[in-house]
Amino acid sequence: MDFLIFKAPMLMVQASLDGILLGILFALIAYGMALQWGVMNIINIAQGDLVILGGYIAYTMYLAGIHPAWGVIVSPIIMFFIGWALYKLVINKVVDRDLFISILATFGIAIVFQQLMNFIFGADVVVAQSGYGTTMLFDNSVTLPNSKIFSAVISVLYAIGLVIYMRKSKLGRAIRATAQNARAAKILGVDTERVYAATFGINAALCGIAGALISITLTLHPYVGLPYTVRSFMIVIVAGLGNLPAVAISGMGLGLFEEFADYILGTEFRIGAVFMLLVFILVYRRFKLSKKREYLK
Amino acid sequence: MNAVKQKDLILYSGLIILGLAAPFLFSAFKVQLTYLCVLIVLAMTWNLQGGEMGYNSFGNILFYGLGMYLTSSVQVGMFFPLAEWTESGGEKTFVHTTAQYFQGIGVGLIVAAIIPTIVAGAIGYAILGLRGHYFAICTLGLGIAAGEIAGGIEIIGAGQGFTTPPFPAEIVDPEARGQFFYFLSFLVLVLAFVFVKYIYGSRFRLILNAIRDNEDKAEAMGIQTMKYKIVGWMCSAFFCGLAGGIMGGLIGYIDSTDVAFDGREMGVFMVLMAILGGKGTLWGPIIGATLFHFLKEGLWTFILGWQYVALGVLIVVIVVYFPEGLMGWLREKYPERFGEVIDEKDRKAQVELK
Repeated sequence: MDFLIFKAPMLMVQASLDGILLGILFALIAYGMALQWGVMNIINIAQGDLVILGGYIAYTMYLAGIHPAWGVIVSPIIMFFIGWALYKLVINKVVDRDLFISILATFGIAIVFQQLMNFIFGADVVVAQSGYGTTMLFDNSVTLPNSKIFSAVISVLYAIGLVIYMRKSKLGRAIRATAQNARAAKILGVDTERVYAATFGINAALCGIAGALISITLTLHPYVGLPYTVRSFMIVIVAGLGNLPAVAISGMGLGLFEEFADYILGTEFRIGAVFMLLVFILVYRRFKLSKKREYLK
Repeated sequence: MNAVKQKDLILYSGLIILGLAAPFLFSAFKVQLTYLCVLIVLAMTWNLQGGEMGYNSFGNILFYGLGMYLTSSVQVGMFFPLAEWTESGGEKTFVHTTAQYFQGIGVGLIVAAIIPTIVAGAIGYAILGLRGHYFAICTLGLGIAAGEIAGGIEIIGAGQGFTTPPFPAEIVDPEARGQFFYFLSFLVLVLAFVFVKYIYGSRFRLILNAIRDNEDKAEAMGIQTMKYKIVGWMCSAFFCGLAGGIMGGLIGYIDSTDVAFDGREMGVFMVLMAILGGKGTLWGPIIGATLFHFLKEGLWTFILGWQYVALGVLIVVIVVYFPEGLMGWLREKYPERFGEVIDEKDRKAQVELK
């Protein structure tokens, strides 16, 4: 095997660190996906496009002269309301329907978002400069942009904050109750409509945070949303709904996979590898499930 | 009964005459008519497993793209070295003679029909075991992965695309190219229609419907669901491959993600057209595709630049407010026309329940 990565062990360290830091970011997006999937039983194909939109909000701030890191506070607030509006416009009509309807409807939303972003922000690949510099490790053989560390820290902070919020607050309790049994929650006086809207808003806000972080660590482009959707979908089906440590771990695993695929297969196959992994995971899961005996209790 | 058959006969012969005369009547729109034929084929065969079998696939674009690449590769590879062709504008150095061109496209289309069918059969066992939305997302992933991977393979042009053999220059008639592709696609359309119509009258359709309505029960009744699911998907793949092959020749240029594995356009179109017309009906996808094509071509020019936004909005509107499609709506309104007998008492009872 004549791969660069096996000749230079330092590249492995580099790839691993990159992968883990990136994976934490993916886990944050996946957490939003798991939240709306668990509560509302919809799969949001537009998830990735919400992320990119959040990123463009931070990028706009950067263009306006504000440091893009503030995007992690501004972007979720704006995105929350966009998510809420989206729920009121479209999503509330697909909540109780077939899952395929939600997939197609959000696919339509994704196309609209992509095009609008293309009109507003242009089709160039952009990045917001955070100016955080880089950290050199191991005699300068591993370079680690500080922005990546920053994004991982912020992601973890927000995730912890959200978990506490879901445990302690009244809305969090209502969301969890609705996820368990929407009808029972409704009977007991939970305004499920509001809970759904809030859930979708929170999901959009999470996407906003992730997008703002992506705008300083990676690159933004109107059409790269779908890979983020697929990544978060993958993480959720591997980790299961509502299992946060597993979401974090599988997120990091995915990040590692991608970085190594990048080095071994080449960058041009990176996205292809992600989608192939999705197919592989689903097929693996199908064979594993089919081995399980089902019987009537 | 006889009268109905006679009516059918008039309808079909009328449509075939219209189809044969169309390129001469609307000579300027030959390319559009070819598109229409291909779109109808795609919608009709998507409906076979999306509407009848209940397996909503976003991945039929895989077979379409595969067919496109296969036809052109075979057409080139039969006579010239493929690698040199794609390397740097081989179409300038190597020229197909008329006989070579038609031989190539003939063999290419046969290959493009067979290989995707085999691929569907091979991956079917793994993929069709997935249910519902897992299947939808998995096929979405397959289609995009195929595009990304094709974009990295050197011999078929990688990211810079693949020029398909140009129509032989010896045929001077400027109308010839359009007519050739139109009649080719019309032939495939007729083939597909006859095939789907045959399936609609067969036991196979009932099995597919049983799978859609309740797969576990169908299995409990002794139907080997997996076998039929795979066959159903292979039927779709066969026609998708053919359609792709024709489109490759018509467009004249293959790009991995924008033309061949174009999940953002064709991949969505075929689902949308079938839903617009009405899933699970024979005429639904045909009407849906025709309507969609006219809508698209009619409106696109007026909203230039905004067409994708319009497309997205259209998807949302159709899916959210109109999920039963045109045929479903008609069926609701005029059930007698569909041979459904409505029990008046039952209807009254339902109205009271509401």
